[in-house]
Amino acid sequence: MRPTGRLRRVGITGRGLVVALPYMWLMLFFVVPFVIVLKISFSDIDLAIPPYKPLLEWVGKNSLAIKVNFNNYAFLFTDSLYLRAFANSIKVAFVSTLWCLAIGYPMAYGIARAKPATRNVLLLLVILPFWTSLLLRVYAWIGLLKANGVINNVLQSLGIIHEPLTMLYTPFAMYVGIVYSYLPFLVLPLYANLEKMDWQLLEAAEDLGCRPWQAFYKITLPLSRNGILAGSMLVFIPAVGEFVIPALLGGPNALMIGRVLWDEFFSNRAWPVASAVAILLLLLLVPFMMWYQSVQARESAGAR
Amino acid sequence: MTTSSGAVVKAQPWNDPTARPYVQVERITKSFGDFKAVDDVSLKIYKGEIFCLLGASGCGKTTLLRMLGGFEMPTSGKILIDGEDMTGVPPYERPVNMMFQSYALFPHMNVEQNVAFGLKQDRIAKAEINERVATMLDLVKLGDFGKRKPHQLSGGQRQRVALARSLVKRPKLLLLDEPLGALDKKLREHTQFELISLQDKLGVTFVVVTHDQEEAMTLASRIGVMNHGEIVQAGTPSEIYEFPSSKFVADFVGSVNMFEGKLIEDEPEYVRISSPELGGIIYVSHGISAPPEATVWAAVRPEKIFMSTTAPQGTDNVVRGAVQDIAYLGDLSIYLVRLPTGKVVRVTQPNTSRRAEAISWDQQVYLAWDATSPVVVTR
Amino acid sequence: MNYRSSYFILTCLGLGFAFLYIPILSMVVFSFNASKLVTVWDAANSPTLKWYVALLNNEEILDAAWISLKVALINASGSAILGTLAGFGLARFTQFRGRFTLNAMTTAPLVMPEVITGLSLLLLFVALEQLIGWPAGRGITTMTIGHMTFSMAYVTVIVNSRLASFDTALEEAAMDLGARPLKVFFVITLPIIFPAVLSGWLLAFTLSWDDLVISSFTSGPGSSTLPMVVFSKVRLGVSPEINVLATITLAVVTTMIVGVSLWMARRARLDKLAA
Repeated sequence: MRPTGRLRRVGITGRGLVVALPYMWLMLFFVVPFVIVLKISFSDIDLAIPPYKPLLEWVGKNSLAIKVNFNNYAFLFTDSLYLRAFANSIKVAFVSTLWCLAIGYPMAYGIARAKPATRNVLLLLVILPFWTSLLLRVYAWIGLLKANGVINNVLQSLGIIHEPLTMLYTPFAMYVGIVYSYLPFLVLPLYANLEKMDWQLLEAAEDLGCRPWQAFYKITLPLSRNGILAGSMLVFIPAVGEFVIPALLGGPNALMIGRVLWDEFFSNRAWPVASAVAILLLLLLVPFMMWYQSVQARESAGAR
Repeated sequence: MTTSSGAVVKAQPWNDPTARPYVQVERITKSFGDFKAVDDVSLKIYKGEIFCLLGASGCGKTTLLRMLGGFEMPTSGKILIDGEDMTGVPPYERPVNMMFQSYALFPHMNVEQNVAFGLKQDRIAKAEINERVATMLDLVKLGDFGKRKPHQLSGGQRQRVALARSLVKRPKLLLLDEPLGALDKKLREHTQFELISLQDKLGVTFVVVTHDQEEAMTLASRIGVMNHGEIVQAGTPSEIYEFPSSKFVADFVGSVNMFEGKLIEDEPEYVRISSPELGGIIYVSHGISAPPEATVWAAVRPEKIFMSTTAPQGTDNVVRGAVQDIAYLGDLSIYLVRLPTGKVVRVTQPNTSRRAEAISWDQQVYLAWDATSPVVVTR
Repeated sequence: MNYRSSYFILTCLGLGFAFLYIPILSMVVFSFNASKLVTVWDAANSPTLKWYVALLNNEEILDAAWISLKVALINASGSAILGTLAGFGLARFTQFRGRFTLNAMTTAPLVMPEVITGLSLLLLFVALEQLIGWPAGRGITTMTIGHMTFSMAYVTVIVNSRLASFDTALEEAAMDLGARPLKVFFVITLPIIFPAVLSGWLLAFTLSWDDLVISSFTSGPGSSTLPMVVFSKVRLGVSPEINVLATITLAVVTTMIVGVSLWMARRARLDKLAA
């Protein structure tokens, strides 16, 4: 048994300083803002700068009134637009995650099984798009999918179709965009998980009579469960609130909650409503975030 | 010429009440929650000794070593080194150095820089550092390897760098955590003697942690056998081997045949034990202290048993059996002999000559031993 | 280990990489297309560099790029420091008050949708301005703060995981030889984990350079970043200057990555020769 807890000699002050700085920063700039969002989601809209009324107001000389306005939330539940947007966002994120898995799992598997030299090159190739601007890569799809874009031109010149296909500004384009952008986020953690696998387990299985596909299904797949979950969460959770891709590739019918929040905030200047949307989105995603945390904890505990 | 640890063994300071111990461990306990890794351990280690902490994994030997080094704080108790209380002192302020099991060589520094590191922390003059590093590297026979990086060295070479690095500061105490565990058998034997010779030249006191009893027996001037956080016996290798104080020690160090029995005669100069396991009487030619009618165990080492096809004289310390298994190891052979009671006795015999008359499987044999051979333990 | 992969896997790999790279390559190809329609190849006048010239004279894009660069540099450096501190704390100190919170705070930004983070930061800055007068309006400062808050999480994860596979005996050995903990960190730990810290710095730089949503929420008048300018342009459709920008970005990133890989391989070779 190897005891942990080194550097105790440092004393409270040394250790405290190290973690205090990032802790305070994140408290102030990450946690406190959420409290403010919560507060504003309960306030009234105001034609002023900033466009909301304060929660606490002096009424007369000696009394303070707190006005907690639940209207914003009520509004979200009564107007079907928001509920549809939430539902659609979850559906889109879920389907995109499945597609990422379908494409990304074989890729991660192939890279993990490759010779070390090839593996490094393949990893570099996966990481390279990741470092290139996401915005620009999504823009690339505009050029590919539009009516006189690359795909239509190629298909028409080959005689496969005679009229250009409508691909841009459709839900289809949005799915393509999301899967395309988030694919590396699934491949990398999945690869990290598969790389640690003991491939001799498969050889042992085959020695005992298992066919390759069976061995994959019974051994590789279950052992890569943590990698699958981690990668899926890294795709699903941010995809639910995705804004850029629906804005650029999806048409006006692509109802995603990220877009709704943006429009509510920038176009309508309805800060309280936007805040309410944000809070509800956060509540929706927190269980998934906690699930992700527990998968990560299990993975690192298994590694030790 | 005796090595310094050999000289210490000769002088036997642990039997001299006036001798001042160099390292004193006083009632040290280390608890992790409810679990006691080290339980009320007290030890006296003398200057120039090679003291081995021997035990299975989880017995607490590494925890005890780390407390000597300052990497763990004892829950209670004191540690004194050369008369000074070092209990709360951090590792960078102790005159103690450690050689780690994984060697822990700094990968971004070459061999010379690794060895010089400790000297640099003491702000010693550069010229002196260079000189001491060069001397030390020559001593471990790595004089030409100064500019190499750790990943360019073999396992044995890395071990010598780790040793050089921990000795160059001339610490009062050197702690070694399973120093030979990563080496193969031949290299291990060779390095064991090198370690003793190095310790002799520098006169440093060693405390070694190991689970390998052969290693402990070779290196140590004294061994402390540990089990469940306690030191169950401390003594010279021959004391531990020939006079174990408990069943555990008898069984842990070397192989042993254990016969359970009851005292039937208890005199100051001898005892007789009736053992149903053996199917006979054991006669021991020294007295023991045990309550009457107590259950005791007589431990007889395999090499002390004589095996023959003809019946020896006497009825005590004699038994018949059939050879069940033979393992031929070149220099000796191990025989497993099954007694009529069902017990299997382990006998080793050196293959001193190529006898025509060799003992083979299923052969009926007589086993006998000298009255001085059994050790009686009461727990 | 048997390195042969089935044809199925190889096909999937091939298709997967094709999927990843065809869009990128198509942008590069069409950056040399003379036609303003971008995707309709004008064989008569192409290939041409005229859009490259146009981009390099585009004041709006150049100003935005400059602002993006400033923000990215400050962000990367600040995040590297804060992230290394947090990563080190989480990896080495197994128990301290607020450990659970710190852990949660450094993993949440990794998955949180940017619209939420962006919105909350803007509301914070507005509230702060009302309360204490700082920050006076939004601009580069607020953007940098916003970027650092989420970049730091990435650096923390990288440093934490690097330290997890780090042999702590190295730090103990250094202390055993007389170095105090602070010295151990700077002389032993940091040089060894430096590649991880560096990759964290690079990641933070890229995330900041590329960020649209949080920048949009936390920026002010006159502090438009490059992604913001690009976004407003591409909302209207394709634009040849954007293709040029994509090609230049790709060229720079590829050069850097290939350069770093070659440098690391060279170092490994030199190490072998030094024997």
